[in-house]
Amino acid sequence: MSAEVTTNRREFLKDSGKWIVLTGAATLAWDFVVEGAPEQAPNYVATDHWWGMIIDIEKCIGCGNCVRACKAENGVPMTDDAFRTWVERYTIFPDEPEKPIVESPNGGYDGFADLKMHGDAAKVFFVPKICNHCAHSPCVQVCPVGATFESPDGVVLVDKTRCLGCRYCVQACPYGCRYIDPRTETVDKCTLCYHRITKGQTTACCETCPTGARQLVDLKNPKDPIHEFMRTHKVHVLKPQMATGSKTYYNGLDMAVR
Amino acid sequence: MHGVQGFMYPNELELQWSILIVLYPYLTGLVAGAFILASLERVFNVAAVKPTYRLALLTALAFLIVAPLPLQMHLGHPERSWEMYVTPHTTSAMAMFGFVYLWYLMVVLVLEIWLDYRQEIVLKWRSSTGITRQFYGLLALWSNNISPEALALDHKIGGILTIIGIPSAFMLHGYVGFIFGSIKANPWWSTPLMPVVFLFSAIVSGISAVMLIYMATTKLRKQTIDMLCVDTIAKYLFYAFVVDFTLETLDLIHRLYVADESLLALDFMVKTKLFVSQIVLQIIVGTLVPLALLFSVQVGRWGAEARKVIYTVSGLLIMVGIFAMRWNVVIGGQLFSKSFLGYTTYKLDFATREGMLPAILFLILPFLILWALVKILPPWTDGPSHAGEIRHGTTPTTTGV
Repeated sequence: MSAEVTTNRREFLKDSGKWIVLTGAATLAWDFVVEGAPEQAPNYVATDHWWGMIIDIEKCIGCGNCVRACKAENGVPMTDDAFRTWVERYTIFPDEPEKPIVESPNGGYDGFADLKMHGDAAKVFFVPKICNHCAHSPCVQVCPVGATFESPDGVVLVDKTRCLGCRYCVQACPYGCRYIDPRTETVDKCTLCYHRITKGQTTACCETCPTGARQLVDLKNPKDPIHEFMRTHKVHVLKPQMATGSKTYYNGLDMAVR
Repeated sequence: MHGVQGFMYPNELELQWSILIVLYPYLTGLVAGAFILASLERVFNVAAVKPTYRLALLTALAFLIVAPLPLQMHLGHPERSWEMYVTPHTTSAMAMFGFVYLWYLMVVLVLEIWLDYRQEIVLKWRSSTGITRQFYGLLALWSNNISPEALALDHKIGGILTIIGIPSAFMLHGYVGFIFGSIKANPWWSTPLMPVVFLFSAIVSGISAVMLIYMATTKLRKQTIDMLCVDTIAKYLFYAFVVDFTLETLDLIHRLYVADESLLALDFMVKTKLFVSQIVLQIIVGTLVPLALLFSVQVGRWGAEARKVIYTVSGLLIMVGIFAMRWNVVIGGQLFSKSFLGYTTYKLDFATREGMLPAILFLILPFLILWALVKILPPWTDGPSHAGEIRHGTTPTTTGV
């Protein structure tokens, strides 16, 4: 009897251990199943990914959903000078193709007022902007303490516990994608919703875009539709002369866009 | 609300670098320039400027002590700035600041001043009592040896340090220019000429500052201004200023001729938002007028009193002009959008962390430090002290302060 009890205790511990491990894994896996990306569970390997984004100008309707979703998801300050993503509206008259009228009231958070006054006389389109998560980021290069860094999966991130708040990176970004968070006195920027994409979700801005104008893409995933898209579309990056290795690709980008 | 014309990226509405960052190149420029003037006597044997040698070194030290303070005040987390020393990011130009600064402060300036003053410090230590004695003992590092051999060694090492100091001074300020010149995102800053322009404007401002301080302190001490000294300084000031102005004009002509996509934005900015600080203060008041004044002394025959007035006026105008130049680089570089489609406005507050009041205090502080340094280590070569002779070992043992 006593031997049986001993065996039972050992087996009980073994079984308990198995159950604990399995339950943990199952719980983790279930999170991803619920999120609609069971293939990502249970572990995320950063080096298996190389993240970027495709923005299709033709599809953007300037509703501002992405801006609102980003601010809500990431706790971005609700001021008019702090945005991780924003939308610009370009109005271009045919006789002045290089002199666009550009607006981004409150970053496009509240959408845009009607532009009926121009009739059909002008070309009007929206350009969503976001950190380009450059492969050769000038912002990463200049950070004096390495608080800004590129993750192995191609996302430019900031370690707020190390940032000095010197703002050199803000000056170095050619695209105006960085701001100082007045609450922490450190720099802040788009993380490509790193807390979401590492769990198999897409970014908040992509998820709320009603027309699919923004798509998170994984350039290392051979099954990602990005490869087909890049093969069949003429894509462009912002300010290619900066040679920053931008990974935000635009379809239908007008030459006037800066 | 933000004073915007046209379109700025939303995150660009507020300027990131304030007047405190304007002070940083201004102060380090004065350091580098003052040191270059000091080295004229020591390395290039321009004996005429000897009366300003020690004053120039102490001026450089006073300004160097203050130079990092506005940077610290500006940082969101100054308590983390030491991390630049322990975990520097090697690709960052700014990460090198701490090392360049420490090298210049400790290896070049402090050591050179200490070696130059060591004999007088020891004599003061020997002759004083109480806390003064303790203080000078500490300054001498309790080393009592002022034998002719020891002083000759001091002099030799001091000479080597000055020679190291010249490229170090070039590095200190050329480096500051590189911080701006290497930002490819900003066409107003991004030019390989920036470090060179910064360097020559530094030399100009530093020489002016020491010339003014020398004339003012001599007057305050009711001594006679050594006209050969100030004439020589003014001559070198004029030469350096011609090079500086040529480089800045070259930069301007290059921009106008190349006329890349940023030109329209920059041209508009210079004609509107920067008109007063760039065209009026920097170019006309701060450059052309003092250049003409200094030139008139080189070619004309003026009396000593007239020359003193000309040097004082040109010196002061140069100080204003170089400050305007720093302002136009730092603030001007942030007034236009990187989209080249709009402009914002810089609002200078008064009594805030990055306002005008702290900036004024940071400009006054070096003079207070210089006053204290002069009290502790008198730089005067007239009167009872014959420091110059002592330093060169002709009367090595007895003369005290």
